Amino acid sequence: MKTKHHIPSEILSAYSTGSLPEAFSIIVACHISLCDHCRAEVEAFDTLGGVLIDNEERANIDLNSFEQTMKLIDKQNNSCLASGKKSSDIYPTPVKNYFGGSIENIKWKSVGGGIKQAILVNTKDASARLLSIPPGAQLPDHSHKGLEMTMVLQGSFSDEIDNFYRGDVELGDDNLTHTPKAGMDEHCICIAATEAPLVFNSWLPKLLQPFIRI
Amino acid sequence: MIRENTIFYTDRAKSTDVLMSHMRKENKLLSEKNMNKNSLNNWSECLKRISKDKDAIAFRHLFEYFAPRVKSFLIKSGGSVTQAEESMQEAMATVWQKASMFDPQKASASTWIFTIARNKQLDAIRKINRPEPEELPWMETEQSDARDAIIIQEEQINLALAVSKLPKKNRDLIEKAFYGDLSHSEISKLTKLPLGTVKSRIRLSIDRLRKELGKKLQ
Repeated sequence: MKTKHHIPSEILSAYSTGSLPEAFSIIVACHISLCDHCRAEVEAFDTLGGVLIDNEERANIDLNSFEQTMKLIDKQNNSCLASGKKSSDIYPTPVKNYFGGSIENIKWKSVGGGIKQAILVNTKDASARLLSIPPGAQLPDHSHKGLEMTMVLQGSFSDEIDNFYRGDVELGDDNLTHTPKAGMDEHCICIAATEAPLVFNSWLPKLLQPFIRI
Repeated sequence: MIRENTIFYTDRAKSTDVLMSHMRKENKLLSEKNMNKNSLNNWSECLKRISKDKDAIAFRHLFEYFAPRVKSFLIKSGGSVTQAEESMQEAMATVWQKASMFDPQKASASTWIFTIARNKQLDAIRKINRPEPEELPWMETEQSDARDAIIIQEEQINLALAVSKLPKKNRDLIEKAFYGDLSHSEISKLTKLPLGTVKSRIRLSIDRLRKELGKKLQ
């Protein structure tokens, strides 16, 4: 199925330059694992980085720099490189990495109404969690302090905006009050990242203002 | 480029690498744009040799060009000279190790090396955890795909030209964004840059790759 709801360029560029809080980067990494459209855009920003490296000044390197690097290579030569693996199940590799590569390690905690969550990361900027919502269940009305990004991994949910399926990302901010409801077919599993509510005057809402009221 | 290659060859005059001297001769004959293209393809060729033959001469050639630039990038990102040197060496070692994962149909060598340097920068200097997406499966280059590789190189040159024609304040913006030195609201300005063609080219090669994989799986 083709992804319909993508991630805005502003956020993709912040991901490429490494300026996005980790919690949101998880969603970008998962989304572009499934969405070639946004992957191409991130790689276009990376190309800009390639131009930057080509135009970069030349710092003096140590006299034995090359030899030192060859030594590093010799030391690491036997280490095994993780090759480009593809997740065959619902959890993309960037999520699995938070659970030591195995979904058996996910520690779900009930938050009421049959809804379960598992925290992926919680920093001072932002936090990200997995949510599992029973078929047809509704999340309580909520508005957002700062940015919220939600990506569907399994099943679907719908709210006042649209229907969201695997790979789709919904963005919310202070202006969005919504009541997402899981699809009837199966549990809806998604990743949700939110800015820490205590971060005052944070940058993401400002960044998003031009396009958030879709 | 010519100047650097010349320095390289003065320094390493005893190097018997036929490919390199052939390239140098050719460089002199080519226009500036073609020269750049030639050198870009040359880096891809170096990476191929590193991955296939563990060719230390090819690596040295690549190192001479990229190591000082990567180090400068790391210093400007806030690293001390010592830290930048160390991180640069680690990044270049990663270039050697991951050379087999470089796909010239998807990115130029500069872009690919940038992503390695950027990850090192985030990890060692800016201390930012940035989860990576799943890799696209990689396939051995076929005749038809070699054309894609050339197109991708050309896109990089066109982008470099476009960037060089931007007003200075926009070029500063790009630098600051990648050095991690930009106020967050300013990063959105990057989206105004002329990246449309690059993006659609990358998209085409991903699509072709997916199609090839689909065929293979049937």
